[in-house]
Amino acid sequence: MKPEHYGIGIAKGLRVTIKHLFRHPVTVQYPEQKLHVSRRIRGNELVWDNVKCTGCATCSKACPIGAIQIATKIDKEKNKYDVDITVDTGYCIQCGLCVEACPYEAIYMGYSYEKAKYRRNEIIQSNDMLLPSETRIRSGYMSPGIAAQLPEQTLLLEKITEKEE
Amino acid sequence: MMLESYALSSIGSALKPLPADWPGGFWWHWLVFTIIAILFVLLMVLFFTYFERRAMGRLQARLGPNRCGPFGVIQPIMDAIKALTKEDIVPYNADKVVHWLAPAVAFVPVLLVFVVVPFSNGAMLADLNVGILFVVAISSLSALGIVMAGWGSNNKYSLISAMRAVAAVVSYEIPVVLSIASVVLLAGSMSLNDIVLAQNIPFILMQPLAFLIFFIGASAEINRSPFDLLEADSEIVAGFHTEYSGMKFALFYLVEYAEALLLSVLITTLFLSGWRGPLLPPWLWFLIKVVAVFFVLVWVRTTLPRARIDQLMALAWKFLFPLSVINLVITAIEVLAWPGGVPWPMLFVNIGIMAVLIVSWSRLFKFGWGRVKVEA
Repeated sequence: MKPEHYGIGIAKGLRVTIKHLFRHPVTVQYPEQKLHVSRRIRGNELVWDNVKCTGCATCSKACPIGAIQIATKIDKEKNKYDVDITVDTGYCIQCGLCVEACPYEAIYMGYSYEKAKYRRNEIIQSNDMLLPSETRIRSGYMSPGIAAQLPEQTLLLEKITEKEE
Repeated sequence: MMLESYALSSIGSALKPLPADWPGGFWWHWLVFTIIAILFVLLMVLFFTYFERRAMGRLQARLGPNRCGPFGVIQPIMDAIKALTKEDIVPYNADKVVHWLAPAVAFVPVLLVFVVVPFSNGAMLADLNVGILFVVAISSLSALGIVMAGWGSNNKYSLISAMRAVAAVVSYEIPVVLSIASVVLLAGSMSLNDIVLAQNIPFILMQPLAFLIFFIGASAEINRSPFDLLEADSEIVAGFHTEYSGMKFALFYLVEYAEALLLSVLITTLFLSGWRGPLLPPWLWFLIKVVAVFFVLVWVRTTLPRARIDQLMALAWKFLFPLSVINLVITAIEVLAWPGGVPWPMLFVNIGIMAVLIVSWSRLFKFGWGRVKVEA
């Protein structure tokens, strides 16, 4: 017979819950408040660097889904080697194998994660749509240099506030 | 305050004599306090639904509802609008009359009990000299509404839930009434106003064991968690209101919180010296104490997991019932020993008796609360 049957366990439990009353809630009110994601996130888009890319199509071969298509042609008038890349991000599983395979660091995972689209044809992206920009930030996946510039991941908001009108 | 001139007179009649200082006499008094009682119940239920969800959220490190209005205060109104605009579904094979009547039968007794609750000195609809007996008798009637809902729904889960409700009410009525009886012995009156007037020291100190038994027993009787077996959603869907929707469901929801309000009000009146307190006006003290008791209810609900049905019965019959009998006998001896009123140092004796009784009686629970030992 353990001596704990006189209700001390209930008192202990009550103490635990009353402690929670005086700490900050963990709720993040998502659209208004956002946490910093991992600096090495494989977010749901690809970022392509048209300067470094040679059109070798290693990424296309590494892709287990076959979501990346690369077509190259020689533009003799401009004396240029044209690369035509098309990524069906609807098929992309964000595995990051293309980024690991690329010998020239010309393709990166994206840092953002809010890239849902309203139309099916919008998820097939090519060439200029894949370039880095203000809204298409490169993730630090496989590239520590970029990771060092991104904000550190947060798991909790410092102080949760109520919704501001 | 307005009625204290006649508050302590007239033992013979059920209703106190007409107040002379009210123009028109009894009827104005009746009208005003009927409106006050109904408004009190409805507004406090609205507040309690909001308060419970917020407090439970914060106790679980969440925020709770905060979208509708500042800090989510109009959430209960939104819930009411939602319930009102929903389709009212009656099952095809249901006992239609019983199914329709059940929410009203469950709600009316709870509302009736607030007739005898003093909001201030003598400020109540009817200062019955058998007030607490009235409360005990009427409040148990809402179990009938739950049984009607369980039967009328023609649903096995509803019926199981209804039977559990009856079992809980029948079992827990006894320790609850016995603990009320020891309070009545100490106060020397059954009128709730006189019980409040008798509490120079709050009875939670003079009768700690009775308070504990009343708190556990009454929260089991009104099916608050951890004793919410008749709404055990992991076992029997939603219990007796599985087949209810729209406003009829909202009425059951109202009953649930009105009963929680009733429990808070009764504990305030019986054990926390009701409307009495320094500085602030009596009605404010009353509200503060009611909300504080309800916070404890929410706190317990957040903390404890649900008990099994056999544990529920074992707690009532093997623990609360004998302890309440012993407490009643001890209180009776104290009242006999000091006929002019039990002196306040006895509260230390009573607290000591409570500690000894609880620890020693809990040692008798050697069967592991119904856990079956499997022989190899």
